[in-house]
Amino acid sequence: MTVVMDPTAGRVAQAVQPATRPMTLAGAVVGLLDISKPRGDVFLDQLEVELESRGLTVKRFKKPTFSKPAPVDLRHEIATSCDAVIEALAD
Amino acid sequence: MVKRDCPTCELVVPVLLELLTSDADLDVFVQDDPSFPDLGDSDPIDDTDLDFSFHHDIETVPTLIQFDAGTEVARTVGWSRDDWRALTGQTAIGESLPDSRPGCGSLSVDPLLVDDLRVRFGGSQLSGRRIELAALEDEFEAAFDRGWTDGLPVVPPTEARVLRMLDGTARSPADIVATVPPNLVEVTVEQVAINAVMAGCKPEYLPVVLAAVEAACTSEFNMHGLLATTYFSGPVIVVNGPMARRIGMNSGTNVFGQGNRANLTIGRALQLVVRNLGGGVPGQVDMACQGSPGKLAFCFAEREHDSPFTPLSVSRGLAPDASAVTLFAGEGPTPIVDQLSRTPESLARSMASVLRATHHPKLVIGWDAMLVVGPEHGRVFADAGWDRTRLLGELDELLLIPGRELVRGAGSIDEGLPPEFHDATLPKFADGRPAIVHAGGDAGLFSSVLPGWVGGELGSDMVTVKIEE
Repeated sequence: MTVVMDPTAGRVAQAVQPATRPMTLAGAVVGLLDISKPRGDVFLDQLEVELESRGLTVKRFKKPTFSKPAPVDLRHEIATSCDAVIEALAD
Repeated sequence: MVKRDCPTCELVVPVLLELLTSDADLDVFVQDDPSFPDLGDSDPIDDTDLDFSFHHDIETVPTLIQFDAGTEVARTVGWSRDDWRALTGQTAIGESLPDSRPGCGSLSVDPLLVDDLRVRFGGSQLSGRRIELAALEDEFEAAFDRGWTDGLPVVPPTEARVLRMLDGTARSPADIVATVPPNLVEVTVEQVAINAVMAGCKPEYLPVVLAAVEAACTSEFNMHGLLATTYFSGPVIVVNGPMARRIGMNSGTNVFGQGNRANLTIGRALQLVVRNLGGGVPGQVDMACQGSPGKLAFCFAEREHDSPFTPLSVSRGLAPDASAVTLFAGEGPTPIVDQLSRTPESLARSMASVLRATHHPKLVIGWDAMLVVGPEHGRVFADAGWDRTRLLGELDELLLIPGRELVRGAGSIDEGLPPEFHDATLPKFADGRPAIVHAGGDAGLFSSVLPGWVGGELGSDMVTVKIEE
């Protein structure tokens, strides 16, 4: 019998409960997160028009760079000021 | 402490009998045969499991140790009449023996046994989880089955191998090396050592691996983004200083290729750390569109002894006698072939023309690159007195590009810069780039470009870390 040392961090993924989804967007504040990929803004501009035409409030956010995780302060601001968020993930 | 298989131990048996009949309080331990030596009324103490020998660091038999209230106060190894008499206070022992005889090797340091002994008696210094493989499980297949490999077989990280790997550093196994992305796991020296074993490293490579892990996990290098990007790049490790020579790294012929254990296994160990400890699994967090074969392992030493340039690590602020790793986010080499230029001006133009085309001839500033100058090209610069600063300055000038060649639509190519840059003049690379390194074999009028990922704040900056020896 061979005994080897575990080369992994030995972690078990923890299940995270997603935030409750709003049943309706009526009166919701929707955050639009631009991750700073080229032309993500074009997509989000169009979304903003569409959402505002339906009477929703839109707040725009932008990550400093697509190559690093969003700063914790930005994540907190989105979480506390929006009911829903849409992220433009790629160019 | 004695063993039967030792002529010096047999020689001292009469002395042991003399001591037993004196007022000395003597215990005789034996390593190999509990019936040896014949002490008459008393029996030797069986240390065939080598427990006592291991824990008292016995390297030679016979070893005579004096204890006072359980604490060692003196020892002598082999046979020396003067030393034995001084240590025991028995001034008449061993009269008929020769003055001295060297001892034999202790079984507790026998190369064939020592690894097992270290696991049995010293394994507790490892805090990681032990995994028992089933008797019918092939140990190499087991690593594949558990998702621990990069696609090639790995060396099974047995406790003995991990303990031996840890001999390569003075650092404690429990020391934290870095916080490894993407799962942001604090990893210990022991955990890095386990992965270094799997990569095929020798213990003397471990300090280089530790430095590389530390460098990769800085926010400047941004291993997280480098892993997650759809782009090609992975960490490229450049090693400078005496350490590279001492562990036999390749800075010469076939420098980016196969054949050198240190180059390949150090590069591989970093990637296994990111995969197994950080959780950076291809196709999950590593979303490279095409990737690069260099993501298996990409590590080489700079050819310093005949370089026209200061070593990369020195250009980045380290002392010339320091060993260091520098991490660059790049991919496989693009050749620069120029077999006719004999002036630095012409050669620099050749290099600039290839550098201009990296990533895309119409994309500028954002992307990074490393220029690796081969020795035969390097000699052209050396003969003309061009150092790193001079070459970089010349390249900067040669790589200023009119905006009209770069804008979208220019050359009937849609890719390019927005139209407002039409009348601007733009540099191919951001200030201070590309990095310049000297490496390669004696023959061949070749250099290369290692194209890189996005440079700077938006992507990755080179990071240099001193290797703790």
